[in-house]
Amino acid sequence: MDLDPAEVFRQEAAELLESLESALLDLGQKPGDGELVDAAFRALHTIKGSGAMFGFDRVASFTHDFETAFDLIRKGKIAANHEIVTLSLEAKDHIRLLIEDPISTSEAPGQRIVSNLQKLLAGDGAATVSPAAMAAGPAESAIPPGGQQGWRIRIAFAPEVMRNGANPLALLDDLRELGQCTITANTDAVPELSALEPLDCLISWSVELAADCTRADIEDVFLFVRDEMDLVIEPLGDAEAAVVPEPPGLHPEVAQQQDSTPTRPATSAPTHSAERDAADRNDAVRRTDAKGQTVRVQAERLDELMDRVGELVIVQARLSQIAHAGADLAIKAIAEEIERLASGLRDSTMGVRMVPMGSLFGRFRRLIHDLSRDLGKPVEFVTVGEDTELDKTMIERLADPLVHLIRNAIDHGIESPERRATSGKAATGRIELSARYVGAQVLVTVQDDGAGLDTARIRAKAEESGLLALGAPMSDHDIHQFLFHPGFSTAKTVSALSGRGVGMDVVKRTIEAMRGTIDVSTVAGKGSSMTLRLPLTLAIIDGLLVRVGRSRYIIPLSAIEECIELTPEIEARARGRNMLDVRGDLVPFLKLRQLFCEPGDPKPFQKIVIVTIGETRVGLVLDQIIGSHQTVIKTLSKLQADAAMFSGATIIGDGSVALILDVAQLLTMSHTQRSAERPAEAA
Amino acid sequence: MDIQATAPLPAAARADVTLQVLMIGLGSEILAIRTESVREIIDPVPLTLVPGARSFLPALINVRGNVIPLADIALRLGLPRGPETPDTRFVVVEIEVDGDPIIVGLIADKVFEVTEVQSAQSLPTPRIGARWNPDFIQFMIRWGDEFVLMPDLELLLS
Repeated sequence: MDLDPAEVFRQEAAELLESLESALLDLGQKPGDGELVDAAFRALHTIKGSGAMFGFDRVASFTHDFETAFDLIRKGKIAANHEIVTLSLEAKDHIRLLIEDPISTSEAPGQRIVSNLQKLLAGDGAATVSPAAMAAGPAESAIPPGGQQGWRIRIAFAPEVMRNGANPLALLDDLRELGQCTITANTDAVPELSALEPLDCLISWSVELAADCTRADIEDVFLFVRDEMDLVIEPLGDAEAAVVPEPPGLHPEVAQQQDSTPTRPATSAPTHSAERDAADRNDAVRRTDAKGQTVRVQAERLDELMDRVGELVIVQARLSQIAHAGADLAIKAIAEEIERLASGLRDSTMGVRMVPMGSLFGRFRRLIHDLSRDLGKPVEFVTVGEDTELDKTMIERLADPLVHLIRNAIDHGIESPERRATSGKAATGRIELSARYVGAQVLVTVQDDGAGLDTARIRAKAEESGLLALGAPMSDHDIHQFLFHPGFSTAKTVSALSGRGVGMDVVKRTIEAMRGTIDVSTVAGKGSSMTLRLPLTLAIIDGLLVRVGRSRYIIPLSAIEECIELTPEIEARARGRNMLDVRGDLVPFLKLRQLFCEPGDPKPFQKIVIVTIGETRVGLVLDQIIGSHQTVIKTLSKLQADAAMFSGATIIGDGSVALILDVAQLLTMSHTQRSAERPAEAA
Repeated sequence: MDIQATAPLPAAARADVTLQVLMIGLGSEILAIRTESVREIIDPVPLTLVPGARSFLPALINVRGNVIPLADIALRLGLPRGPETPDTRFVVVEIEVDGDPIIVGLIADKVFEVTEVQSAQSLPTPRIGARWNPDFIQFMIRWGDEFVLMPDLELLLS
């Protein structure tokens, strides 16, 4: 496939920026972590390099200054601190702009960021290195013991290293810059000329470097090819006794390569860390495995695959129906085999589309970092259940609602540090974003430890805006539902972030469009939580196939609570009130025949399917329950968007189309219907 | 017949261009539909009525595993449509609504043929004397002895 090279760079850069951001945010919390500094530096370096390669010169030149800054931090010359992290986050945003729109993005913010950075560095340059940064690299700064200073370095590249664009000679030149080098080439592995593959690098080198530099300086030379080489660094002079211990866990790759290099068994890592090395090695092996098995696929292709599988499932259902109607055993056997294959294919395709929630959660760390800074409310952000997987389309659609909920939690939920102090809470607020499976659903919860919802104020506001009669009895749960009313806000002041009452109704609509629901729970003074209940996938659902009049419909199984029969006695007891007594609870019911304007009178003994959405229960009166049905959801065309009672359609066994009931919409409609004096009955 | 020009001729009609069209019958009228937008012509399949949808988009059909809406354009144009006969066909067309391609089935009482017409032989739609809603007709065009209607499908269906 031909892709615009600039587009390739943009995609790559987007990922790099993401990892840069997460490294920076982590660094904000653990300023001394050398690995994080390395990660940030590497991301910046690669962005700069590929940026220049693909003609994004402004990106390259802007990134250069930050690369330099991180290089200084990495070498321990300056300490990472909060200001540098914040500024780097700004820089990251600027880089993103430069990449998206290299021509018209203005210079000014970039220049401001760079000059701020230089000020910071100048102010910091003289400052002492933080002890944490020192502690991060004790081995790296170790000067080899003994009188003679210098290092013996053995370098063996993987044969394919040159094909990947590395130039061993240039790397040796870089080594020479560190100090006086005696370089010996080992050409034992080079075959006869006839067998020589000119692109393979078969020469290994051993270098004696007489220089007063640190081990880290040497490792830095090979920073970008370390995955493709064996590198052994040992102090000159006393090779046996004075092997510098590998900093445990810091560079597992190096440790592993040293250890597993078959050509030089004598230089294996010291035995005291052997166990750890073994663990590291497993880790490294697993990591390379994971790298090799990942394939990037365009999202549209996955959608297309899912469509095809959907069609297959539909055709297979038809085949099964025909096969079971006939008497041919061979065809029945084939139909069953295909059924098995199709359902396996469906499951694996759905599995491919599943993305861990962690990819979404990561995006909110930045949001919370910025919000907590802007609002002056220190917030600790905790995520739980990042491994929970959800259909990728749903993950994308969840982003905006979660942004709203998290903003609300910080802006309205978490109190100011002073107020927290008076109520005896820790100054730092806590927001927990968690995801977990419950049955065939995923629950995503945003929980804060703030003041909780002010039920009285919500009630007052509802009464004030005429949504609720003064003093009308209403449960707390129902009162909280007003939060999702368009234009409803209890915030006393409108801040830049929230309080305009726009958002929660949108959140609710988005979640309901995914066939999900929102639960609100709150404890005064302890905090509140919003829980989104979502189906695992949007593409295929379990449904109940029912008949109303001449047509067949699907009711999503997840919404169904129970099915009962509408006996003449029940109907007589209801006395035309369309209410049902279900074990003591009063449940209203909707007659679907009337709602769908089906002509004629129903046969006796209709069925009632009781559905729930959140806490509301409604019975749907229909003619016949046909059975459960694997429902491949086809969205309705834009032209029929006004048919709001349905969330989609599917193709059933005989090839005809059945509509999928949108239970949430039906409930809303039944509300309006009640107030509009039942037009359906009048018709 | 009182023919009265009310709108300038569409660009396609001014220059003499050959248009390839599919002729379909709706009651006693004949409509020309550009072949670019026609995807296929199928025999009638079972309909699924959609309660609550607009009356000229009453149903859904299954065309090769895709669920598409079925449009009663006769109703939309205000034309009488005959009962279903062995000649009844569904014409599947692809149109653009707000920039998105949408596939719709049209009910036709009869499908005649694919033919070519000359845009030079087109006439603006008369506002008076028409049994159909003139807003949805781009222009009329001569086909043999008859004048056929060239509907604006995008307008007709949105």
